[in-house]
Amino acid sequence: MKSMDLLFDKSGAHSGYVGARDQELPEPFTRQELPLPDLNEVQVVRHFVKLSSMNFGVDSGMYPLGSCTMKFNPKINEETARMPGFAGLHPLVEEKEAQGALQLMYELEEYLKEVTGMDAFTLQPCAGAHGELTSVMIAKAYFESRGQHRTTILVPDSAHGTNPASANICSFKVQNLKSDEKGGVDLELLRKAVKEDTALLMLTNPSTLGLFEENVQEIARILHEKGALLYIDGANMNAMLGVTRPGDQGADLLHLNLHKTFSTPHGGGGPGAGPVGVKKALEPFLPVPRVVKTMDGYGFRHERPQSIGKVSSFYGNFGVLVRAYTYIRAHGPELRKLAEDAVLNANYVLEALKEDYDVPFPQPCAHEFVASSTKQQKNGVHTMDIAKRLLDYGIHAPTIYFPLIVNEALMVEPTESESKESLDQFIAAMKAIAREAEEHPELVLRAPQSTPVGRLDGVLAARQPNLTYEEDLGKPSEKQKTGI
Amino acid sequence: MKFTKEHEWVERQGELAVEGITDFAQHSLGDVVSLELPKAGKAFKQGESLAIVDSMKASSDVYAAVSGEVAEVNEQLLQNPQWINESPYEKGWLVKLKPSDWNEADTLMDKEQYDEFVAKQEKH
Repeated sequence: MKSMDLLFDKSGAHSGYVGARDQELPEPFTRQELPLPDLNEVQVVRHFVKLSSMNFGVDSGMYPLGSCTMKFNPKINEETARMPGFAGLHPLVEEKEAQGALQLMYELEEYLKEVTGMDAFTLQPCAGAHGELTSVMIAKAYFESRGQHRTTILVPDSAHGTNPASANICSFKVQNLKSDEKGGVDLELLRKAVKEDTALLMLTNPSTLGLFEENVQEIARILHEKGALLYIDGANMNAMLGVTRPGDQGADLLHLNLHKTFSTPHGGGGPGAGPVGVKKALEPFLPVPRVVKTMDGYGFRHERPQSIGKVSSFYGNFGVLVRAYTYIRAHGPELRKLAEDAVLNANYVLEALKEDYDVPFPQPCAHEFVASSTKQQKNGVHTMDIAKRLLDYGIHAPTIYFPLIVNEALMVEPTESESKESLDQFIAAMKAIAREAEEHPELVLRAPQSTPVGRLDGVLAARQPNLTYEEDLGKPSEKQKTGI
Repeated sequence: MKFTKEHEWVERQGELAVEGITDFAQHSLGDVVSLELPKAGKAFKQGESLAIVDSMKASSDVYAAVSGEVAEVNEQLLQNPQWINESPYEKGWLVKLKPSDWNEADTLMDKEQYDEFVAKQEKH
């Protein structure tokens, strides 16, 4: 392992620089022993620059993490998000002092309505799962206002794990729907499952298998016949922009992931934005405050008796909204081209890898596809090993072991950002790894060799997490000794 | 010992039904790192989720093989999740249920049927 000293370990080389500052402090505030590393500015700067160079991001290489849409984040987004009028705006200033920010939010809602075919949006939810939760709360309030007691939410077995979690938090019973052999919703099963107590179906379209749901209109009809609602998890909206609209297909509610589809650096916990769009009948239940446009300019409306209330402090992750707004304005009608390229890129890679890897759903895919390492398993090579070996080829690993319904899944989403050249590099790397798995499996099993940190013992780390710094690293802590 | 399509096993032990996950299940999940078990006294219907097993690959529900009330859970397993991998049918048991209807076990597969079921899944 190419390890790196911590700042504390580097301490000891006195610079004089730090000490000189100390003497400016009045006597009572200085301490003889201060447990901080004794380093000068340049040492600290070099330390952090070196650390940052160990990071892998979409700016350093291809990042085909399925379901996450790790597209390139245009630098102009950062420029607009950092404009002092936006970045420095206090959330409590009066509305008349924040007209630009309010206009941006109002117009962003309008654009999202146009892209999705929904009637109204809230920008408050701070991530995709938060958008799901908000949607389920809205649906619950809607049914309660109609005096209906609906207790069940249907979730296909290919769904994001957050779907059943969101339903559960709102005290709904989750009923799992098995996919048909083509990976779509089984209409017969759905007809049987939808009953008087069904509140909604949470459908991801395109699905997490990277497939367009062919029967979405029929699905909507089956639900609506029984008074249930169709909720679309729009995490994969990148495949549909400008081509087709969930609102036209019968969706009653949906959430978008602005940080994915409309570009914001994400991963490792955020920040995100998961706006929720609804049809007219559900609009009264949207969170407060709503952004409105009046004769006097833009403002917030709080008086909405049927609203589910606030779902985030202030107005959501405003910086992400600025980036999404910029992205939409920068591309305009070209958004459709992005979706087309994303789908084309995924199909190009899928076709190229069909012979080397098992592909459980070989039909044309949407913006991502799922492969499996079942062919490689006979030599003891698993999906985890292939993912780690890709790191040696300078490519971030795809999503692995998701969706759960595919054995040893590898989920690849190249996005529209990648050129043909980098797609070909990825294909070549995957083919080379398939060959290695045949001829030199130990190469794959030992990977990665070129990264700052090699094979970690993930199992031990999960079973006995030790997250505290120990001055004497050679000695096991009390925690490690007892395993508690 | 009887088996479910969701890869749980259940075995009669006097008045109680001991339940765990099968060797096939632990093998597909990989190294188990943590788990959530129900509280004693809680009642489950057949097919309801009664426990969660987390591995490096996935977080999976474990469903009640038969309806009944939880009489005992394998507390030691919480500190030793690796037992599910090492000994799925013995040290790795999850819960002991007080079944409300033993006849429900008739709907489950016997060893031979389950082995056939697994062989088909592996081909898939």
